[in-house]
Amino acid sequence: MRQGPAIPWFYLLPALMVMTFFIVYPMITTVYLSFTDRTGQAPVSNTCVEGQPCWGIFENYRYTLTQEMDTSSPGALWTSFWRSSFGNNIKWIVFMVTAAVALGLLIAVLADRVPYEPVAKAVIFLPMAISFVGAGIIWRFVYDYGSTQTQIGLLNAIITRLGGQPVAWIPTPGVNTFALIVVGVWIWTGFCMTILAAALKSVPDEVLEAARVDGANEWQVFSGIMVPIIMPTITVVITTMVINTLKLFDIVYVMTGGNYGTEVIATRMYREMYLNYNVGHGTAVAVVLVVVILPFVYLNIRRFLEQEADR
Amino acid sequence: MNPPPTAGPKLPGFARFLRRLPLHLVIIGITLIWIIPAVGLLITSFRPSQDINTSGWWTVFTPTVSGSPAYDSYCAACHGPSGQDVPSADLTDRALVDKYPRSLQLLAMLRKPLADGTPHIPGGQYPNAQEAADLTEHLRALAGKETQAAFTLDNYVDSLMGYRGTSSYRQVCAAGNPPLDITCTAADLLNPRGMGRAFVNSLLVTLPATLLPILFAALAAYAFSWFDFRGRQLIFAILVALQVVPLQMTLVPISRLYAQLGLNGTFIGVWLFHTGFGMPYAIYLMRNFIGALPRDLFESAYLDGASHWTAFYRLAIPLALPAVAALAIFQFLWVWNDLLVALVFLGGNRPVMTYQISNMVTSIGAGWHLLTASAFLSMLLPMLVFFAFQRYFVRGMLSGAVKG
Repeated sequence: MRQGPAIPWFYLLPALMVMTFFIVYPMITTVYLSFTDRTGQAPVSNTCVEGQPCWGIFENYRYTLTQEMDTSSPGALWTSFWRSSFGNNIKWIVFMVTAAVALGLLIAVLADRVPYEPVAKAVIFLPMAISFVGAGIIWRFVYDYGSTQTQIGLLNAIITRLGGQPVAWIPTPGVNTFALIVVGVWIWTGFCMTILAAALKSVPDEVLEAARVDGANEWQVFSGIMVPIIMPTITVVITTMVINTLKLFDIVYVMTGGNYGTEVIATRMYREMYLNYNVGHGTAVAVVLVVVILPFVYLNIRRFLEQEADR
Repeated sequence: MNPPPTAGPKLPGFARFLRRLPLHLVIIGITLIWIIPAVGLLITSFRPSQDINTSGWWTVFTPTVSGSPAYDSYCAACHGPSGQDVPSADLTDRALVDKYPRSLQLLAMLRKPLADGTPHIPGGQYPNAQEAADLTEHLRALAGKETQAAFTLDNYVDSLMGYRGTSSYRQVCAAGNPPLDITCTAADLLNPRGMGRAFVNSLLVTLPATLLPILFAALAAYAFSWFDFRGRQLIFAILVALQVVPLQMTLVPISRLYAQLGLNGTFIGVWLFHTGFGMPYAIYLMRNFIGALPRDLFESAYLDGASHWTAFYRLAIPLALPAVAALAIFQFLWVWNDLLVALVFLGGNRPVMTYQISNMVTSIGAGWHLLTASAFLSMLLPMLVFFAFQRYFVRGMLSGAVKG
């Protein structure tokens, strides 16, 4: 139907207004603020001190990228990098995304073959419905470490029952990040499973049957037919999960508060901004976070454009 | 050439079961690993706080019946199996047992030497915390006192009312000496430290922050689907890109602006923020649905003289109800479960449930009896929504991108 040129904009106006005000404007302002000092009022280059390293207007970025690093020797740099928020985020991406996608795929493939499929899937999907805060409490309790002989945390109770020494999961650096990653896997596997299961339903049964008739075993059917067909979906799940992981804040905040060497980029941004009250540092961390996310956003948008072309 | 396929011999039931056993083990095993931590939380939230800290939640499945191993190894030799062999310390005497209501007092007494200077327990081998708890329980049974119930609702009452202390809300109110911020009336349900107040606040935040984006997104999605205007594709592509902007990127300028406008700590500030931030995903989801409705339907409506506005609310909205439902559930869960936005814009001013719980963990260090009950209270509504509308939830998730 024909319409006046202004009509569509009336429908779009409320949405575009709130988006401009709450996403576009703050994004631009955040970039601007990352070049200012702790108050956000003056350029950060004013804070440079003679004789100390300073990147001028990019000083906040120098701080963001190097503050956690020990540059005294290559070895120290390597070690300190893996303890920094960046190193921790890489651990999260590598281990959590791999585990969640692999487990999600495993369940999506296997659960189809048992009669209690809906129950199993609902249970695994359930953590998606509850908050990260709630999940954090659930797992803090599992990881509880008793100084007395009675362990009320399930994990340590199992370890002591098997004759081992209980472990203080949360405060022990090196162990704790992986303990938190398990929580992430617990939450996100349901998401991966659901999307992958939907993709698997689109694999034609005749193709699978034909392969089985030709003598392919189940593993060959899985790796040679199912995986290649749903590969685009697997890629989407992986990129989405990487983006989710990079933005992850609540689990770390509730379980360790970013202490004991578990800090990630998102909790660091919160600390710089709302605990140290440093506008320049906080916004610079946020910008670095976005820059890290950008390649994955690009992948997702390319996929979107391909989809649109198919419509 | 492949040999012609031969129909596999029909396996008898048992052999078939054995062959599929690994499959069942994997699926059931994973399911159990997923559900057990949550079950532990649920069970713990109903246990008396004293029990929570002295025994694992799984012990509720193996209740210690009469005849306690701890009593047999530490006490029975002198006091005898019935507890009456030492006349000066008759363990069936209620007044005596009442002096040691908890394992701590009992242990302290046991560690003191007897009147003649010899250790209370010969050999100096004292019970550990778990055994001491068993002993207290057993002594109560010997003295004929009814043992403490294994389950209680006290944790939920304490959590709702914001009561924190060694006894429970019901006890201090019955005794008539509550702390200053507890009045022992229905007003306690709105005590700012409690989950009752937080529940109300969460609802007040979530409902408008769910409805507003749906309304705006439906309008915009209709425009993207059935209007022709310059820049339609471009704006929509930008919108898709905006979906992945991290929350962290927008917090600082908005909280600075809110500080100037006096919107920090107000509901309206959070509603607007969630509306703006949820908009790209909401429009994307709605457009995918409304755009997929049959074109003929709209063409004939326009031919019949329907205006765009009529077509929007008489045709598009009713037909897009599944998408509206999916979006509503998504946005509801997102806002209800959000911590970061509530932390930054509301804080302790208007505590919502996630804030209240994280505060218990990070600043107060509340006990497990409060944490477990509070966590479960905060999950109640999301789980109801989830089980009631699982279908829509999954559909919303499958329809493309995922916000964050």
